[in-house]
Amino acid sequence: MRIACPFCGERELGEFTYLGDAAPKRPLAFAADGAEQPDAQDLFFDYVYLRDNIAGDMNERWYHGGGCRSWLTVTRNTTTHEIKAVRAAPGAGAQKPAKAGAIS
Amino acid sequence: MSGTRTGRISGDAAPLAFNENPAADSRQSRSVPAGTQSHRLSSGGQIDRKHPLGFTFDGKKMVGFAGDTLASALVANGVKLVGRSFKYHRPRGILTAGAEEPNALVELRGGARREPNTRATTAELYDGLAAQSQNRWPSLRHDVMAVNSLFSPIFVAGFYYKTFMWPAKLWEKLYEPAIRRAAGLGKASGEADPDHYEKAWAHCDVLVVGSGPAGLAAALAAGRAGARVILAEEDSRLGGRLLSETGEIDGKPVAEWLADAQREIAGLTNIRIMTRTAVFGVYDGGTYGALERVNDHVAVPPAHQPRQRLWRIVAKHAVVAAGAIERPLVFPGNDRPGVMMASAVRSYINRFAAMPGRQVALFTNNDDGWRTAEAVQRAGGAVAGVIDSRGVVPEGYRGLNLRLLSGVVSEVNGGVDGVRGIVVRDAGGRTQQIEADCLAMSGGWNPNVALSSFQRGRPAWRDDIAAFVPGQCPPGMVMVGAAGGDFSLAACLREGHAAGAVAAKDCGAKGMAGEVPRGDDEGFAIKPLWHVEGGKAFVDFQHDVTASDVKLAQREGFESVEHLKRYTTLGMATDQGKLSNVNGLALMAEATGRDIADTGTTIYRPPYAPVAIGALAGHHRDENFHAWRLTPSHHWAAARGAVFVDTGLWKRAQWYPVAGEKDWLESVTREVLAVRNGVGFCDVSTLGKVDVRGPDAGTFLDRLYINTFSSLAVGKARYGLMLREDGLVYDDGTTSRLAEDHYFLTTTTAKAGPAMQHLEFCRQVLWPELDVQLTSVTDQWAQFSIAGPNTRDLLKNLCDPSEDLSNEGFPFMGVREVALRGGMRARLYRISFSGEMAFEIGVPARYGEAMAENLMRAGAEFDVTPYGTEALGVMRIEKGHVAGPELSGTTTADDLGLGKMMSKKKDYIGRAMAGREALIAPDRQVVVGIKPVNKANRLRSGAHIIPKGAAPGPDTDQGYLTSVCYSPMLGHWIALALVERGRERHGEIVRAYDPLRGEDMEVEITSPVFYDPEGGRQRG
Repeated sequence: MRIACPFCGERELGEFTYLGDAAPKRPLAFAADGAEQPDAQDLFFDYVYLRDNIAGDMNERWYHGGGCRSWLTVTRNTTTHEIKAVRAAPGAGAQKPAKAGAIS
Repeated sequence: MSGTRTGRISGDAAPLAFNENPAADSRQSRSVPAGTQSHRLSSGGQIDRKHPLGFTFDGKKMVGFAGDTLASALVANGVKLVGRSFKYHRPRGILTAGAEEPNALVELRGGARREPNTRATTAELYDGLAAQSQNRWPSLRHDVMAVNSLFSPIFVAGFYYKTFMWPAKLWEKLYEPAIRRAAGLGKASGEADPDHYEKAWAHCDVLVVGSGPAGLAAALAAGRAGARVILAEEDSRLGGRLLSETGEIDGKPVAEWLADAQREIAGLTNIRIMTRTAVFGVYDGGTYGALERVNDHVAVPPAHQPRQRLWRIVAKHAVVAAGAIERPLVFPGNDRPGVMMASAVRSYINRFAAMPGRQVALFTNNDDGWRTAEAVQRAGGAVAGVIDSRGVVPEGYRGLNLRLLSGVVSEVNGGVDGVRGIVVRDAGGRTQQIEADCLAMSGGWNPNVALSSFQRGRPAWRDDIAAFVPGQCPPGMVMVGAAGGDFSLAACLREGHAAGAVAAKDCGAKGMAGEVPRGDDEGFAIKPLWHVEGGKAFVDFQHDVTASDVKLAQREGFESVEHLKRYTTLGMATDQGKLSNVNGLALMAEATGRDIADTGTTIYRPPYAPVAIGALAGHHRDENFHAWRLTPSHHWAAARGAVFVDTGLWKRAQWYPVAGEKDWLESVTREVLAVRNGVGFCDVSTLGKVDVRGPDAGTFLDRLYINTFSSLAVGKARYGLMLREDGLVYDDGTTSRLAEDHYFLTTTTAKAGPAMQHLEFCRQVLWPELDVQLTSVTDQWAQFSIAGPNTRDLLKNLCDPSEDLSNEGFPFMGVREVALRGGMRARLYRISFSGEMAFEIGVPARYGEAMAENLMRAGAEFDVTPYGTEALGVMRIEKGHVAGPELSGTTTADDLGLGKMMSKKKDYIGRAMAGREALIAPDRQVVVGIKPVNKANRLRSGAHIIPKGAAPGPDTDQGYLTSVCYSPMLGHWIALALVERGRERHGEIVRAYDPLRGEDMEVEITSPVFYDPEGGRQRG
């Protein structure tokens, strides 16, 4: 498989590390003073353990550790391995900080 | 077959003659030392008669010519018997002239270079080649195990499974070894391979696989248009089937056209020719695996050259012109030495000028078989007759005076010396004997669809050619010519040219693809004949699977092709069923009453051709099995005789033995005492180091660690602990604040890489709003721990006198940049892993060795002692510091005694999940110290903690010893352990139970801090 890194161009699979489903968003479960919300554990249980396992197009997180160290969101068909899109994570590269809550 | 049917005989070709008297012949012409070559034609072929090559087969000396394969040289030398079959030890001869060969497998070369199961048909002949036959004892002609053949009625499919089932315990000890000895292939050398293997990448627009007429036309079209082309050919020379055929292209004899095409390709610098290169696999994203046999055609590779090279070729388009493989006919005696594929007979005659028999009979069910009869006749051989199951002479062959026998071959007479005659049976059941010493058979042609099917493409059946053609090809691939099921020369040239032109254009090539080469558009007619009844008829020659085995499988319910394959082992030999699969499933279709299309094929999987493990391993063997990383002081340590230990990719000094020490324990004990009583130093550069910068660096670290770093004063270091998001401990290390917006973070050695990935994930994905940047600087800093009561005195000798190193000027956990004597700057950190007064000093990595030498000089008056990872480990266990064995991925911060560090004032990775019920349960196993009750006893890591008097078992298991060492300070063995409710149990006597070593001893649970529990030494 080959992934077109937005920074490095098309590179082979061995340079990348797979993380998985890009959909889960880390919950905000603590107040500014550190107080834990009552449902914090439930929210985090979903975030840590629940993953979709899609047969078809799926947004996945990949890390270009053998290259620019960017985290990427790769849209891959899990049945054919066809890669339809590759986007850098909002904080990837040396650009200015992205806005909080930016879509990755 | 991309073939050119010989509709005409070249005018200049006089009928060829045998070397009837080889010796006389070689006297006549000094350039033709035919020697033993009784079956070599006196002219023709693409061999170089000026270059004779001596070789041996089973020790017998023979001569061949440059351009021969081992198989063609054996044919030329009149050798019929080349091997014994896998199961029945039946005598076997050369069956094919290509990569599909199932019989002629030999051990090539000798000594450490011996390579078993090498196909004689693809082994290029070289001077001094030595080959041995396989699977026979004591000799090929007299093989004791041939007795198996007498018992063949009981050695049917599934025999082993049925017969050797009980008693099961005998299977491993008795049955399997015996069966493996009896049924087998060649033997590996058992020695390390002295040659080396390479791996390489190549990139192109258009990969052309195969260089027959279709492949050459594709390469020419794409190359002329300007695309970057790789032309991969398994053979040593270009031409594919053209090398074995006669006829015309563009009005020129094939050989002449081929030479012109090669010249043109050589002149196109955008075409890379890769001969001896077999494309064996197709992978995602247009990546192709290929094996280049760089030096298999010589005895010993030249210096600095590999034997083989494994290529990964990335291509936007692939034009696969892999040709077709002729299919055997399944009839009684079809495995006798001297029965050969018709196309192979043609190859031996036309390409190698070697005549497989003096009287050749043909058995065919299609037009192409007749072409071989014609080739035999034209080369001066006698054609005993053409047995055509269809009963008619095809149109183009009517004027050739070839004798047609309508019917089938029902018996083959002969033995180890080859075929003596055949029995032909007509439709009415009448039989007649025909004398022949070679029987050429043609059951039709199977397009070589393998590469099209490696990504689950299912081949489709075509009735008109009675063969499977490619189904859905992988993205970017097309199959053309014979591989696509179009066998005529004209179609091969036309399709190859078109595919090459289209692929090139798609890649942006603007040039003209040129004219389509013109060749004969000969027809191909076939009427399937799947099986002739009447005796042992082989389907899979290499695994000895017969037609009756296939029918037995059906009777026993193994009807699916995948079951058929596994029950009979059809197609599971090293040839992967290239000859046998279609016949096998046709017979199954017949037995089940289904048609072949419904019966289907088994899944094709790479590699298409055998690939040596050595080639897949490449240079990654022995000490280069994986890359290694050397610490900045490595060479200095090596010069001092340090013993190194692999820590991940690192090689770290484990201890530094000195003369007279009898074992590692003595060395390590000396090093520990030297540090505790004086001063020592240790290279700790392998710890992961990350530079964290930016206005939000403190906030970032607060979210990463369970404790707080934004409150850390500039010029101070702090121990930090990270959790995983599931609440378990991830990693630990000290982090220093070098400036308001600049931290220097360290990780453990093992987690340096993963932690960097984790940090980047947090920065880029979780909190992109934070203004912070990360740089891995692990390799940029040489860092040494200097520990022991004399540390400060050593540092005074090392640092500029202006540096205040007093407890006030440089307090515990202080950090700052200092000037060294001579002016160099270094970072100094007052942190301690050993529990002693200690500093770590960091200098740019290139000064690592110099720093080690300077530390020795600065500490000479205190007898400074370099120490290794073992002493480091002993001191941290004595001090109760957790490390890898305790950070095992199953422990919480509280298990490690670090629960108080968990902040309640902020969110951090793992905080929510760390509060789960089971992770805060009171009966968790927590870190304690362990001492043996009998101080003479040695503790063992991994030993289980069991209450006194309890029977050992899962119910009574309360934990285990994680880290064990001999404590020089206490004078006995100590350990850290994870023990249930351990903190409440200090002073309790339990047992350390080690069934692995048969040990069971009483031990005391203690505080994990064995040495200097008040911590006065490191703060002093």
